[in-house]
Amino acid sequence: MTQKTLTHLQRLEAESIHILREVVAEAENPVMLYSVGKDSAVMLHLAKKAFYPAPPPFPLLHVDTTWKFQDMYKLRDKAAKDAGMELLVHRNPEAAERGINPFDHGALHTDMWKTEGLKQALDKFGFDVAFGGARRDEEKSRAKERVFSFRSANHRWDPKNQRPELWNLYNARKAKGESVRVFPISNWTELDIWQYIHLEGIEIVPLYFSAPRPTVERDGLLIMVDDDRFPLQDGETPQMRSVRFRTLGCYPLTGAVESEAKTLPEVIQEMLLTTTSERQGRAIDHDQAASMEKKKQEGYF
Amino acid sequence: MTDPIYKTDALIAEDIDAYLEAHQHKTMLRFITCGSVDDGKSTLIGRLLYDSKMIFEDQLATLEADSKRVGTQGGNIDFALLVDGLAAEREQGITIDVAYRFFATEKRKFIVADTPGHEQYTRNMVTGASTADLAVILIDARKGVLTQTRRHSYLVQLLGIKNVVLAVNKMDLVDYDQATYDAIIEDYTNFARSIGIEEFVAIPISGLAGDNIAAHSDTMPWYTGPALLPHLEEVEISNTVEQEQPFSMPVQWVNRPNLDFRGFAGLVATGSIRPGDSVRVLPSGKTSEVARIVSLEGDRDLAVAGESVTLTLKDEIDCSRGQVIVAAQAPLEVADQFESTIVWMDEHEMVPGRAYWMKIGTQTVSATIQHPKYEVNVNTQEHLAAKTLDLNAIGVANITLDREIPFDAYDNNHALGGFILIDKITNATVAAGLINFALRRSTNVHWQATDIDRADHAAMKNQKPAVVWLTGLSGSGKSTIGNILEKKLARMNRHTFLLDGDNVRHGLNKDLGFTEADRIENIRRVGEVAKLMTDAGLIVITAFISPFRSERDMVRSMMQPGEFVEVFVDTPLEVAEERDVKGLYAKARSGQLKNFTGIDSPYEAPFNAEIRIDTTAMSPEEAADAIIDRLIP
Repeated sequence: MTQKTLTHLQRLEAESIHILREVVAEAENPVMLYSVGKDSAVMLHLAKKAFYPAPPPFPLLHVDTTWKFQDMYKLRDKAAKDAGMELLVHRNPEAAERGINPFDHGALHTDMWKTEGLKQALDKFGFDVAFGGARRDEEKSRAKERVFSFRSANHRWDPKNQRPELWNLYNARKAKGESVRVFPISNWTELDIWQYIHLEGIEIVPLYFSAPRPTVERDGLLIMVDDDRFPLQDGETPQMRSVRFRTLGCYPLTGAVESEAKTLPEVIQEMLLTTTSERQGRAIDHDQAASMEKKKQEGYF
Repeated sequence: MTDPIYKTDALIAEDIDAYLEAHQHKTMLRFITCGSVDDGKSTLIGRLLYDSKMIFEDQLATLEADSKRVGTQGGNIDFALLVDGLAAEREQGITIDVAYRFFATEKRKFIVADTPGHEQYTRNMVTGASTADLAVILIDARKGVLTQTRRHSYLVQLLGIKNVVLAVNKMDLVDYDQATYDAIIEDYTNFARSIGIEEFVAIPISGLAGDNIAAHSDTMPWYTGPALLPHLEEVEISNTVEQEQPFSMPVQWVNRPNLDFRGFAGLVATGSIRPGDSVRVLPSGKTSEVARIVSLEGDRDLAVAGESVTLTLKDEIDCSRGQVIVAAQAPLEVADQFESTIVWMDEHEMVPGRAYWMKIGTQTVSATIQHPKYEVNVNTQEHLAAKTLDLNAIGVANITLDREIPFDAYDNNHALGGFILIDKITNATVAAGLINFALRRSTNVHWQATDIDRADHAAMKNQKPAVVWLTGLSGSGKSTIGNILEKKLARMNRHTFLLDGDNVRHGLNKDLGFTEADRIENIRRVGEVAKLMTDAGLIVITAFISPFRSERDMVRSMMQPGEFVEVFVDTPLEVAEERDVKGLYAKARSGQLKNFTGIDSPYEAPFNAEIRIDTTAMSPEEAADAIIDRLIP
């Protein structure tokens, strides 16, 4: 009898693929929310594996805020094409009309573009299941999140209506109009994600790697000036700094960290060492990451 | 406080490539911690996170500050604060089944299922235990084996967790006394045997002080076994046990990107598989050989239990989602009645006799539960008489399915013996179940035919029965449309049956010819068959020329109002004759075929067909879609 010990990444991969396939087998009209970040990259890669040699039998949906980094838009289009998948981009027309932006509108920016935008897109296309790349290790309160998270017809999350998840038996049944958010990489940690990207050679946005980039300092954050919409203050000139990003979102809201990590192993090294030594700017970055996650949870997921 | 020995690997700083290489080969252990707050469960988990260096410096600073402010440890670090934080959510009414925590050492990645609180304990613990490779049962050294220890142990044994660790905690509070520990172990050993736990590893610990957590502690020199974390790193994972069994894989999804490829995707439940292995598809019993194990990286020569794979077979045999591919020489049992152990998880009590959805492996069937034989008192394991099962009750009951399924006893194969029950109205997951064994049908059960009417049949199939009656000239495209329609409906999980004119004449109606009388009798019989099938809840598709209005109306009158959907496949005679796919028009024109509709026998077009398909303007696909729009608004 042949024996083979599965590694932790192999077990995680098998579980995620199982979840992706369950949804495709049981859902009527699934979609994958694609945010172009590293977690999305892993989720997309797993989908390619799950359905090979067919392309993943669902489209990618990017809920765009129009304020993402240019590099993200480039990789988004390329990744969808490489996977042979349809890419749907939704921009909340009301937010566009009102000119909602991160500089003038604060929290409204996220609410209108992302939260409302997502609801609009799901309704518009009639998707009944949406894959999301959230992980349980992202923060303490996510630890109890289910893999299949149910939403009422008006996208409300009803905490009392969530179902116990036993073995690998997921109950995907729902009434008409109800929908489900499914998180195939729930059990992956940040380190698992990085290791898998490294092992599988998954393409990620170059912003995760250090490079000289034009930045300004705002409220203790290093913000990259990614296009000419950035309102510079009097006398302010962007400075070239060697920076990279640990999380990616709208460029005016995403703090960079100064770093020399130019390769994936170096990025992982930096991340691992960060756990034992307080690095300059890391606490801020961590807070930033957490608050981004919170927003994501309130609306996006 | 013992210093953590799991310092960040020096390799990270010195040689990150070597570090990554080493860590890619880590294994994973999923475990559950069983115990109440008083047993120091949160403290233990917090300690494991801390000792495995999963805590950021800034988090540690916060923890130290919080410990001084609200901690219960007199200014020392209160590890419980790391994992608590569920209390607030509980107050908000958010149901928390299980919280999952993650940490890793140099050898393994760990996923801890933490089940909070006393309330809902059975439901939560069963949920957490269902995916666990190992259980850590916590005992307070001052209190010894308590009722709740018995309950936790019973549930661990019920869910078939083979690796059990008995962590005798708070040894610091009994002065690290060996006699106290030995007495607890003796007590527990007797109890464990009585419920079928043959083996367990006992470790005296202090989660608070860190004794015997990461490393062997000097405080208990009399203890010579492993510390907790090293044991968790070394213990053999049950995956290897599953691999030793014969191959089985529930088919999850059939991958058909084109006509040349048909792959069967699934998670291997047990055993291993290689190209060339003989396999059998259950319940049909058809056999074939594995041709390829297909993956994005190229074909593989081996797949084992726990891997998600795509197989292709050498022969074109029927195999769809829900069926199970097994090693040809080791078929599973197939049955539709079982004795099972049921853990009720819903606030509405179980209703014996009601049909629930049962999801087992990758298939969902309709299941009726009979009155429980008994309920088990989870604290004492006594059998109690019960009429039903309430929330958190565990009982044994027979269960009857609407069809036969391949299965295994849960003890042998969790993937093919564990199931959930789903309420058909609310769609809530109401129970978890374990198949004990199959029942022999004839001896034990009464057929409930009179109780199950056509509405029940339809409800079980979750659809509205209908007869889609395709009528039109020979060669108009009825069978083509019917076939596409059926495929589309099948993909939507609708239960259908296609009654084809030619096929029926091979059997049921082979005594009939093509005279007018015979044609009428032909349609009458088909109508009766279609009626029986709608009683059974099916969507029936018929493809018959059925040239006479009166016979079509006769069939219409047999059906329930609204269930008969007449579809006029409208193809002009000259078009049908030009197609002449079967060469029949030529024969009729030359006089070799008598009574041929359109040539020497009339076709009466419907006046008020529900749907008219103009085949000169619509493709068969579009026609099928139009019919579906009507059937399933």
